[in-house]
Amino acid sequence: MKSFIRIAAAGAMTVMCGIAANSAQAETTVKVAYDADPVSLDPHEQLSGGTLQLSHMVFDPLVRWTQDLQFEPRLAESWEQIDATTTRFKLRSGVTFHSGNALTAKDVDWTFDRLKESPDFKGIFALFTDVEVVDDMTFDLKTSEPYPLVLHTATYIFPMDSAFYSGTTDDGKDKAELVKHGDSFASRNVSGTGPFVVTEREQGVKVVFDRFDGYWDTASPGNVDQIILTPIKEDPTRVAALLSGDVDFIAPVPPTDLKRVESADGVDLITMPGTRIITFQMNQNRVEAFKDARVRQAIDYAVNNDAIVKKIMRGFGTVGAQASPAGYLGYNEALTPRFDLEKAKALMAEAGYADGFSITMMAPNNRYVNDDKIAQAVASMLSKINIKVDLQTMPKAQYWPKFDERAADMMMIGWHADTEDSANFHQFLSACPDEATGNGQYNSGAYCNEMADKLMMDSNSETDTAKRAEMLQKLEGILYEEAAFIPLHWQNLAWGAKSNVKAGAIVNALNFPYFGDLVVE
Amino acid sequence: MLAYLVKRLFQAIAVMLAISLIGFAIQDNLGDPLRELVGQSVSEETRQQLRDELGLNDSFFTQYLRFLGNAVQGDLGTSYFFKEPAVDVILKKLPATLELVFGATLIIVGLSVPLGVYTAIKPNHVLAKVIMGASIVGISIPVFLTAILMIYVFSVEYQWLPSYGRGDVVHVFGYWDTNFASLDGWSHILLPSIALASIMLPLFVRLIRAEMMEVLQSEYVKYAKAKGIHPFRIYFVHALKNTLLPVITVGGVQIGTMVAYTILTETVFQWPGMGFMFLEAVNRVDTPLIVAYLIVVGFIFVVTNTIVDLIYGLVNPTVNLARMGA
Repeated sequence: MKSFIRIAAAGAMTVMCGIAANSAQAETTVKVAYDADPVSLDPHEQLSGGTLQLSHMVFDPLVRWTQDLQFEPRLAESWEQIDATTTRFKLRSGVTFHSGNALTAKDVDWTFDRLKESPDFKGIFALFTDVEVVDDMTFDLKTSEPYPLVLHTATYIFPMDSAFYSGTTDDGKDKAELVKHGDSFASRNVSGTGPFVVTEREQGVKVVFDRFDGYWDTASPGNVDQIILTPIKEDPTRVAALLSGDVDFIAPVPPTDLKRVESADGVDLITMPGTRIITFQMNQNRVEAFKDARVRQAIDYAVNNDAIVKKIMRGFGTVGAQASPAGYLGYNEALTPRFDLEKAKALMAEAGYADGFSITMMAPNNRYVNDDKIAQAVASMLSKINIKVDLQTMPKAQYWPKFDERAADMMMIGWHADTEDSANFHQFLSACPDEATGNGQYNSGAYCNEMADKLMMDSNSETDTAKRAEMLQKLEGILYEEAAFIPLHWQNLAWGAKSNVKAGAIVNALNFPYFGDLVVE
Repeated sequence: MLAYLVKRLFQAIAVMLAISLIGFAIQDNLGDPLRELVGQSVSEETRQQLRDELGLNDSFFTQYLRFLGNAVQGDLGTSYFFKEPAVDVILKKLPATLELVFGATLIIVGLSVPLGVYTAIKPNHVLAKVIMGASIVGISIPVFLTAILMIYVFSVEYQWLPSYGRGDVVHVFGYWDTNFASLDGWSHILLPSIALASIMLPLFVRLIRAEMMEVLQSEYVKYAKAKGIHPFRIYFVHALKNTLLPVITVGGVQIGTMVAYTILTETVFQWPGMGFMFLEAVNRVDTPLIVAYLIVVGFIFVVTNTIVDLIYGLVNPTVNLARMGA
């Protein structure tokens, strides 16, 4: 048996060495392992991190975010606002799709119309009314009212090859068809302008991307010829695959393995503060006491965010006191995390709850990093101010229906703003719940403050950045003062890469690595 | 024999009907498939509309009858995630799982017989005690721990064997790609097979040992010894044969169980088989795929048990299948 292992191992080594030697001569291949692979090749089917990561490989957006959250022109070469509701974009010339078709403003128009049809994306484009083609290389993006987030939203426009997606398939289906579930042309075939072409795909097993010969961005330092993306679901296996040299780049690196990846030879750990805030909401419809701002403040004072980040997250998070992460317009520097047990007890007594009360709490156990452990810690922290917590944790599949039912008195929710803008947090998490507008869709606390809502509405049509920042920071201040929810921390992001793979330059807080620019030494 | 097989066929249908009913009954408690299909900021109204399209708002019986109607025509539904018929998805993943089970079976059969016989013949030898001790450890350590430990030692520390996946497989025909035709394939299947075997191997070593010790006490073995027959022939021809019946009984049941254990092994090794697929389907609330998987696995159980019964008749002529079926 032993000698057999040795023979097999020796054989495997020979094969691997052979492959390595070949690729060194011919081309640079980077093996990437994520925790999941994209659900579909259709960039409009699902609004998720996975879809956007794929879009940045196979397509190009009009503009994209840089590492320090500024806008960088991609397919749009330049833009200017020509009136309050119109922005004129100039397209880059000489850009071709993988199919060979040239990119024109018509493709942008076509893509925009399709986005407006997508159940997932149409929300982001709600205020956008039309794309008007001016000439082949120029188009106007129109909004129904003055809107400050035109460029934010333009990061979601990845022009699709309208000629490629037009017509019918052999079995008579429209190629442009956007199907949420079930088979469609666009979910299996793709033609974008991006740095990579999908050459092979077995869902859940691997996706092979080859460098697009006709890629427009010849100034890009990227020198990777092929990327093989493999989903590796299990955290320890993914880390082992990197440490053993089977893959070159992994994400995410789980908090328990950060030290190991950091100290391993020939492997680099890259971390960055993320933008997803983890919070607890207190349901005022279920618990009378939560209507009293002093009780909510007491809970905020009783929860030791700092200890959670240090002990449970092992430093892999940024302690938060508001929803907006640093770098967002609404980020209010004056707001600092509150922790003072004496003050918490005093506030409880002041509100007439010195003896405390009992509540129920629910949290998922496989959605956010260490979510169940965080919930346990919060529950035990609350017992210090005599709030007895009956905690239930469950897989996300069961958690979301419970969350929709508002099934517990305190519920955990993490949020990443799709628009990368502060107003989005309030709109979904803490605005007065309203079915007609969809505001407060994830506000399980039923917190409602009309002044805060007005600030959000006003900020959504304020195009002066300075004024807008002031509004949004004031909004964060109100939510903090009233303890509308309990902010815990922003989850950090972590990638692991072999030292010769210069991944540090292509990652960002949005977690869309720009593989087109990846340099391998 | 034929009557027996026909009876078994009806049993199989009954089993699968029962499984499909149970699978259908629990699917509402697995979660909301829509959550996995749409992004976080999609409105409740749009979700309801999609639910209507998927027929998820129909009553339990409407949904179940529709499922049965399609199932009779061989359609067990379409996976939400793979966007393909669930049966196709499972059939594509099946060869990977069967190869893994086969690899583990090779290890179990190849090792359990010599080890079991040895520990029975020389129960007091140090080596026998080491084997028995190791078997206790093997039984007590969960598969995923064994697997992670092996990855750590053989992939990360020594870098002898790859840590995940199937590697370079060689296409045979249809959906069947094999690991057994290339060195790279062998090196990828080795660790998962050992991990999967680690649970069953100790069980079989102990079973063969216990049966063997009993047989060795019997009169005919003593007589054979007195007669001066070579010990090798006594142990492996006369004694071993008579220990096989219970081993086959347990073995048949355990191969079915092993299909279930592949869920853990495949998950740790990112083995693209149907066990891993099932766990993912549960996480994604891909209900059509979950129900189809349960039915297929139920079918595999029925088939393996039928084969075990047939082998019974071959090993022990006194077993009468026709009567067993009655």
